[in-house]
Amino acid sequence: MTKYMMIMRATDDAVEAFQDMPFDEVIAAMGRYNEEMMKAGIMLAGEGLSDASEGFVVDFTAEAPLVTDGPYGETKELFNGFWIIDVASKEEAVEWARRCPLGPGSKLEVRRVNDIEDFPQDNEWIRKEVGWRAEQAERLAADARRGAAQA
Amino acid sequence: MTDETDAAAARPADPESARRAVAAVWRIESARIVATLTRMVGDFALAEDLAQDALAEALAQWPASGIPSNPGAWLTAVAKRRAIDGWRRRERYDERLAAIAHDLEREQAEATDATGDLPYDPDAIDDDVLRLVFVSCHPVLSREARVALTLRVVGGLTTEEIARAFLTPVSTVQQRIVRAKKALGAAGVPFEVPPRDEYPERLGTVLGVLYLIFNEGHSASAGSDLMRPELSREALRLARVLASLVPREPEVHGLVALMELTAARFPARLDANGDAVLLADQDRRRWDRSAITRGRAALARADALGRGRGPYALQAAIAEQHDVAASVDDTDWAAIVALYEALGQVAPSPVVELNRAVAVAMADGPEAGLAIVDELAADGRLARYHPLHAVRGELLERLGRADDAREAFAESARLTANERERAVLLARAATGR
Repeated sequence: MTKYMMIMRATDDAVEAFQDMPFDEVIAAMGRYNEEMMKAGIMLAGEGLSDASEGFVVDFTAEAPLVTDGPYGETKELFNGFWIIDVASKEEAVEWARRCPLGPGSKLEVRRVNDIEDFPQDNEWIRKEVGWRAEQAERLAADARRGAAQA
Repeated sequence: MTDETDAAAARPADPESARRAVAAVWRIESARIVATLTRMVGDFALAEDLAQDALAEALAQWPASGIPSNPGAWLTAVAKRRAIDGWRRRERYDERLAAIAHDLEREQAEATDATGDLPYDPDAIDDDVLRLVFVSCHPVLSREARVALTLRVVGGLTTEEIARAFLTPVSTVQQRIVRAKKALGAAGVPFEVPPRDEYPERLGTVLGVLYLIFNEGHSASAGSDLMRPELSREALRLARVLASLVPREPEVHGLVALMELTAARFPARLDANGDAVLLADQDRRRWDRSAITRGRAALARADALGRGRGPYALQAAIAEQHDVAASVDDTDWAAIVALYEALGQVAPSPVVELNRAVAVAMADGPEAGLAIVDELAADGRLARYHPLHAVRGELLERLGRADDAREAFAESARLTANERERAVLLARAATGR
């Protein structure tokens, strides 16, 4: 199985059109789509993003990072949400993506999620990443011990 | 299909990717299609044949025509048409057929409306898929037949994929499926969820089939490949499917948890030569943290149902203890001993006892563990179980009894059917460590 991230993107026009659509229908269509993926045993995660006006951008073009509030005037498409799915093939990822209930102006960008094996294992930063995951493991262990102590 | 040249010209440049696209749709749709057809024609074996015919037609048509906008409906409609053709040939054009023909026309009319969606009744389809799961894992079938049928009709794997996964000739898998369908027909197995009094046992059989597939994928019982992780991951997917069908059954979540928490360690289980790496020697930084999080969430769902932990949930809890420990030394072996004791209560077995022995050896020293192992060895039920001798070898070695350890490893090597495992054990038999 291979993990893919499906990233929802929409133009400003599509987002506006979306706001005119009956909310219940939109929720029902997305809910049905999510349920299908849950029932197929392939959906690992999925989140929708709140309005771009609540977001901000950190731009690294200048020497000091520049923080600007959203919405992002010059952006043609906005990210609105994502799923992570675990499927047997790229074709299966394509088939699930095709079924997403999105309308004109919307796009799904689908990207394979890297495995740790995709990186050179001797690279110092990859080793740090691996170390960071180990720290996460220790935190999990501490949680588990606390949980066990309470039980 | 009249002119080969034209047909070839119309196909996309890459027939292999077209074939893979059809296979992808089939994986998503097959269970629902077979389930719907079984309800309709009243005969599981016939429904499966019809579905396979529809798949064959898709493989012939889609590479040229492209995938239809509602592929599931397309496949179901083709299968229904085949059913009608078959009855017509056998001159059994009866009321049932007339009803199906009517359905088909109505659905086709609806399929061309603005949304292109077919009437959708998710609960009815789920019930049918659940019936399909129980039929595929029916006790009248052999273990091999349950596995093959489950992977094919619930998992949507092709016969070729199943054969590859089990290193079995395609003809053998085909025969298994044909025989399984005959056996179900001969036994008059109804297309239904088992009655209440049989339900727990039948659900247990289904979970057993999924766990068997999972284990075959990560500790291959024969052959030279130590792991076929795709098979394990398919078993995990099917367990998730089952959890969504029967969300009130704690052991289904327990099984999902056990699979997630075991699969989390797959990235560290083999070394560069493809040899097995023992838990103690695994690079834990390679374990899949997301899988551990999902596994723990599934175990929490099992616990939240408040009906206690069954064998799968207890095994998941043991796997969890390993998965959250930063090292062997950091592992809470006393907790693991307690979990094995609980497991021995709900599902007594000499294999569980052997595992308890390992945990006791870690918690209280090799002597205490060896005492349990020797008791088990004397009992005789595990005499031909190669891990028993490997564990004995390990504990003897820790106690400094190198000659006895060598002997135990040699015995273990003699009993295993896995070639790679045998090589590792023989090396230890030679060195005593």
